[in-house]
Amino acid sequence: MQPLFQQGTGPSARVAFFIVLSISLMVWDQRAQHLEAVRGFLTGAIAPLQYAVNVPAELLGWTSQRVMSRGDLIGEVNELQRENLRLRARQQKFETLQSENDRLRELLDSSSKRDERVLVAELLSVDLDPYRQQVVLNHGTRDGVYRGQPVIDAYGVMGQIIHTGPFTATALLISDPNHALPVQINRNGLRTIASGTGEPDSLELLYIPNNADVRVGDFVVTSGLGGRFPPNYPVATVVHVERRPGQPFARVIAEPKAQLDRSREVLLVWPDNGEPAAAEQDAGRAAGADDTGESAGSASGTRQETPR
Amino acid sequence: MNPRWWLVPFTLIVALMLVMMPLPEGTEPFRPDWVTLVVLYWAIAVPQRFGLTIAWFSGLLVDVAQGALLGQHALGIVLVCAIAIHEHQRLRVCPVAQQAIIITALLLVKQALMLWISGMVGRAPDNIWLYFASPLMTLIFWPVVFALLRDLRRRYQMA
Repeated sequence: MQPLFQQGTGPSARVAFFIVLSISLMVWDQRAQHLEAVRGFLTGAIAPLQYAVNVPAELLGWTSQRVMSRGDLIGEVNELQRENLRLRARQQKFETLQSENDRLRELLDSSSKRDERVLVAELLSVDLDPYRQQVVLNHGTRDGVYRGQPVIDAYGVMGQIIHTGPFTATALLISDPNHALPVQINRNGLRTIASGTGEPDSLELLYIPNNADVRVGDFVVTSGLGGRFPPNYPVATVVHVERRPGQPFARVIAEPKAQLDRSREVLLVWPDNGEPAAAEQDAGRAAGADDTGESAGSASGTRQETPR
Repeated sequence: MNPRWWLVPFTLIVALMLVMMPLPEGTEPFRPDWVTLVVLYWAIAVPQRFGLTIAWFSGLLVDVAQGALLGQHALGIVLVCAIAIHEHQRLRVCPVAQQAIIITALLLVKQALMLWISGMVGRAPDNIWLYFASPLMTLIFWPVVFALLRDLRRRYQMA
């Protein structure tokens, strides 16, 4: 039975308390990073739910794999074998180039670059805010995933980790309007910034002067200037250049290389960005998690996609 | 202590899973706000057992699940829940259709608040009108949620 007379704090006082609590949480979350620990803990708490929600999609994939016809499977194996042969051939060439590059670097006495480490992660079929471009990955801080870590797929840069939990992590895709990525045009090294538009198939290249040398079909790669993404990963292809005489900058639209709305498997990259302590630590953690048989070669293999 | 204490957390967890459940491309904006609906049902049905604390924590979990600002949905859910608790005696005697209209109005206000906060931190969606599709789905889904939770509550004789 409801008591006739309210005891303790009144209802309006409690409402006011929760309003103040929520607002201060929001301000704190927006301005500072301290709340990431709280968010990480809560993410760990809802991770079982996320995995449970993922089960139907997983089951569907499993079933469709099981009932695949023999002919389809043979076709797929043949296709993969051809692909493997092609990649191996390219890998041979790449290894020669790599050793040549190392020798030249030694001659020049410049610090030789170590290879980046990678870890294969799967996307969970979990819906987030439909108005932002985010995905949930099935690896978390237990595997050494950290905030700001680059995420790529087989074709190019996908995004970066924004929230981490113990078992899962959330990545912001490069197509989100709040995401900006320092890039350069591969043909001439023109530096610019690729900003998301909210559409998975277009990025906007910002601050390109009207008279700059940009053409449709130009290849856009990461410049590594932000310090967050390793340089020379493929990002996008320029599909539209509009020079606007009345405006200071041209409007340049590029199409992402990564399959932002189709990829199921992605790679988490531990870049070697010349910060020995941090890199060492990351590499150590990555080595522990790196039991998927992925060697540094895969990362280089992706980098090799960059056409010269 | 009610022996059926698990019923409320259980329904909230199911609602949270429905919020994360993948929907076909293009229908995501029409997903009903399940957690808020369940919170509102319990607020109207058993206000003496269901308080703002549970409502606030469910909102916080929605924030984490959606990758929103921490506290954004918590604030919205606490506000509509407080109104529902305050008016629970009036809401309870309304026919379900009328309840659905009132709850829809509440959720529209909540969604406007969410939009305002998202806009303040620079995450406003492009299509503002589509943003209000989700609260409007309440008109259809409130009777479903209401009937389902009422049956559950009666079966387990909760208050």
